[in-house]
Amino acid sequence: MEYAIIFLPLIGSIIGYLGKSITKLFSEIFTSLLVSISAILSIIVFWNGIQKSNYDNYQIIEWISSGDFVANWSINIDPLSSVMLVVVTFVSALVHIYSIGYMSHDPHKPRFMSYLSLFTFSMLVLVASDNFLQLFFGWEGVGLCSYLLIGFWYKKETANNAAIKAFIVNRIGDFGLAVGIFLIFFFFGSINFEEVFQAAPQFAEKKLLFSGFELNLITLICLFLFIGAMGKSAQFLLHTWLPDAMEGPTPVSALIHAATMVTAGVFLVVKCSPLFEYSQVALNVVTIVGMITAVFAASVALVQNDIKKIVAYSTCSQLGYMFFAAGVGAYHVAIFHLFTHAFFKALLFLGSGSIIHAFKDEQDIRNMGGIRKKLPFTYILMLVGTLALTGFPFLSGFYSKDAIIEFAYLRNSSLGNYAVLIGIFTAFLTSIYSWRLFFKTFHGSYNNKKIPINETHESPIIMLIPLFFLGIGALFAGFLFKEIFIGHSSKDFWQASIFFMNEINHEHIPLWLLLITPVLVVISIPLTFYYYIYNTKFLEEFKNTSLPLYNFLLNKWYIDELYDLVFVNPIKKIGSFFWKKGDVGTIDRFGPDGISKLIKIISSKAGKLQTGFIYDYAFVMLLGLSILLTYLILN
Amino acid sequence: MNFPILSTLIFLPLLSSLFIFLSRDKKNNFSSIYISLFSSIATFLLSLFLWYSLDVNTADFQFVEDKSWINDFIKFKLGVDGISILFIVLTTFITPICIISCINSVKERVKEFLIAILVLETFMIGVFCSLDLVIFYLFFEGGLIPMFLIIGVWGGSRKVYSAFKFFLFTLLGSVLMLVGIIVIYWLTGTTDITQIYEIQIPEEYQNLLWLAFLSSFAVKMPMWPVHTWLPDAHVEAPTAGSVILAAILLKMAGYGFLRFSIPMFPLASEFFTPLIYSLSIIAIIYTSLVALMQEDMKKLIAYSSVAHMGYVTLGIFTLTKQGIEGSIYQMISHGLISAALFLCVGVLYDRLNSRLISTYGGLVNYLPKYSFLFLVFALAALGLPGTTGFLGEFLILTGTFQKSYLAAMLATVGVVLGAAYMLWLTKRLIFGVTKNSSIETLSDINKSEIIMLGTLAFFVIFFGFYPAPLMDTFNVSVNSLIDNYQLALNGR
Repeated sequence: MEYAIIFLPLIGSIIGYLGKSITKLFSEIFTSLLVSISAILSIIVFWNGIQKSNYDNYQIIEWISSGDFVANWSINIDPLSSVMLVVVTFVSALVHIYSIGYMSHDPHKPRFMSYLSLFTFSMLVLVASDNFLQLFFGWEGVGLCSYLLIGFWYKKETANNAAIKAFIVNRIGDFGLAVGIFLIFFFFGSINFEEVFQAAPQFAEKKLLFSGFELNLITLICLFLFIGAMGKSAQFLLHTWLPDAMEGPTPVSALIHAATMVTAGVFLVVKCSPLFEYSQVALNVVTIVGMITAVFAASVALVQNDIKKIVAYSTCSQLGYMFFAAGVGAYHVAIFHLFTHAFFKALLFLGSGSIIHAFKDEQDIRNMGGIRKKLPFTYILMLVGTLALTGFPFLSGFYSKDAIIEFAYLRNSSLGNYAVLIGIFTAFLTSIYSWRLFFKTFHGSYNNKKIPINETHESPIIMLIPLFFLGIGALFAGFLFKEIFIGHSSKDFWQASIFFMNEINHEHIPLWLLLITPVLVVISIPLTFYYYIYNTKFLEEFKNTSLPLYNFLLNKWYIDELYDLVFVNPIKKIGSFFWKKGDVGTIDRFGPDGISKLIKIISSKAGKLQTGFIYDYAFVMLLGLSILLTYLILN
Repeated sequence: MNFPILSTLIFLPLLSSLFIFLSRDKKNNFSSIYISLFSSIATFLLSLFLWYSLDVNTADFQFVEDKSWINDFIKFKLGVDGISILFIVLTTFITPICIISCINSVKERVKEFLIAILVLETFMIGVFCSLDLVIFYLFFEGGLIPMFLIIGVWGGSRKVYSAFKFFLFTLLGSVLMLVGIIVIYWLTGTTDITQIYEIQIPEEYQNLLWLAFLSSFAVKMPMWPVHTWLPDAHVEAPTAGSVILAAILLKMAGYGFLRFSIPMFPLASEFFTPLIYSLSIIAIIYTSLVALMQEDMKKLIAYSSVAHMGYVTLGIFTLTKQGIEGSIYQMISHGLISAALFLCVGVLYDRLNSRLISTYGGLVNYLPKYSFLFLVFALAALGLPGTTGFLGEFLILTGTFQKSYLAAMLATVGVVLGAAYMLWLTKRLIFGVTKNSSIETLSDINKSEIIMLGTLAFFVIFFGFYPAPLMDTFNVSVNSLIDNYQLALNGR
């Protein structure tokens, strides 16, 4: 069964593409079917885990063996990976089905479905790994699929550039991950998770000299691993690829850039909790980066106008939440938020896709509005998604996000307290941008000049069914799984897959903390409605009076521009310099070309000596003879 | 075994080139092509048999042939071990592919071209089989002549300049190696490698001798800063020439380090390690940056070869298990990938007679199969896990990390740059809108091209997932190499 979960998507990917000419709908039905089976099997495995603690490690075949450097292809099922299996296959299956409708007019649909399945396979390989190398394989594999899918519409210049950007920024992250793995292998002599984690306590105090600084080994390893996680999970400074990645088709954004791939970084940190727990420094870094990302992305999301970019920044911000949850040691809460986030964020993306579909590929929310009656189902489902994301009481986001803030509080450290503040503030921002998006698309007046309102239409049923399932998840996932994931008995569920150095005791949490976020969230709804729909003048004026701030946010803190200035352009210049001045101008000029020129000069000079006149030769001979004689006499 | 299997392997291509020389067909050169194809495939099968019957549990040389050649002074001594066998198989595998590629790309003097290729094959196999320094030198340098002719006769517009640059660079390097060989004979009284292994060459000579050998290997490798002949040679060489050059000729130097520099001069190898590290890292970063800015596809791939070879030298001189195994693996992998990439360029060149990247764009609209295969090789070249490109680099870096953090981290930067230039190339060639209207008339790759590229793609992916057949072959030989090296260091 475990084999089937992993390999069915791969088979779907290959056969689905090769068999595209069998019948018209072969690829989409075949791939969707196999991924759906995989999803059902994952749920069974997950359920068996909860009920009977049925966990195992399946070794498939040896991959590489060079001295002690040994890695196997394996399927490792533990509580953590079983949760990830469910998230990945479930969302993937729904996205597959949704794509049948969404991509129905695209001539390259078989290729699209094939990539989606290939992505699912890579992601499963990543989460089911029992060693760092296989994890790395999945890690880059999902990066590849992301690259292929962002650039799926290959005729668009922007899509191609976004695809390359995504791959290269991720490669920078992978650089960190790779160095982390080198360090682990060098000191632990193994890259197997279990062996490394078991040996971790022995290295807790080990210091090492790294480029002149004495650092704690575990801290160093964790920081490098975290660089990898930052790249994949689009954390501050390595986030620039994620908004651009929205160039890809919307189902891709839902699956890869919201529910699964971008959460791989969180998964990595949680998976390596036995290492991170030994390094307070690394945990603090994780918390700080998470906090910065959460606020930064939420602030940028406030002013964006592209519907998908808003949701993308929102994802970025929520990932920040997950990281600071992990950073304060609440790994299980991080995974819980990952779990609930997968449902409502995929729902929001697919819902946005439905809106974009209705407007025939319009993505600017300024050109939307007032279509709630035309798209009743999408409207309701987007409402559910928005409520869940903002953490409206008793929906799934409420349980996970508030839990993050509470656990940050329970940490009882100054950093934990900052995290509480940031968490609450970001929740407020989240609420504002989410409702802004919601109201601007569905309420107010109809603002699209290209398409008359009567031509907008509800999406076909095949796109609505996945939305419906995700909606159910967004409504109930938090409530249903709260006890298992983060309740008092959660330790029985997670077993050894998450490591806690110090037990976080579920102390009494003050009432104000429990109430403040939900209250803010509820208040923000009428507030947003008032300022964005009812009385837009105030914000317009505010925008005009504080234009620098507005532009700063609109241009995403100018980070892309900064990178172009500091990295991209200089690198190109250096490349040209090395080529023109280094290779051609120096090595060749003074090397082969110089020598051959020199030889030419000498030989032409030598040629001139041969005058052909006998007295010249006689003179030279006499000269030589006299020198020789002098030499002999002197000796 | 009494049957001289290695000599057969070496001289089979030479013999068949004689047949081609004698054959007479004015039309289409059918018989030349068939003879060469048949003989090269036979050679390949023979080398597979050799690989199959090789005992990988011992590091000793096997199938040894030892004949006196010139007055007992120079012996014609051949033998293979777990390291050299893979290079032999790589050579015999790439040669038939080159011959198939000639069918599409070589338009004139086909017969002579095939003869040159087969003679070259003899020399290349000879290099990897030699157990005598003089024999090695002869094969090593002999290969220059057919390669020089391939570039100089069938090359592009600046072929004469490139051919001479290639010839002078490599010859000048080798002259010093010849001096080194003479000195070794003078010191030890033999040129038999296995005997020299037994004798510790005096410490004071090791450094100079090591440098003499380096001068030859550095040029062949090529290492920075003596790499500038390679882009020019590649650009002007015909497709098959580029393929052999990148896939096999560059590997001779890496093999030379493993076979000569390290076992014969262990102390010097240790002494000069920092030099090699520095040159390798400069090669990796410098040439990756240069590759980024290239406008000519072949130059870009040539520069990327220099960067990949930088990893190889880095890995070899870590003298760790992972480093050396990674380097051997990387050489095999690069042999497959660079061959495939040059074939891919050749496919386009055959159709539009242009190597400029800007000529193309949006190929995927009209050449979908080609584009798919190109993407596979580009991804393999940038070291995507699941292809051979990944494991080699990763093992090398793992090995390097055990010796020097700084070197390993700097070298890892090259991995990011590698992704940048390969993906940018892919984007400019394959994706985007088709701007050049002549692309619309192009036909997708034909059967023979699919066979060549498909086979290479298969092995690139297969060994990426399951490298055990390769790793097991050289495992014991590498162990013994490292053990002997450590022994020599301890015995000082």
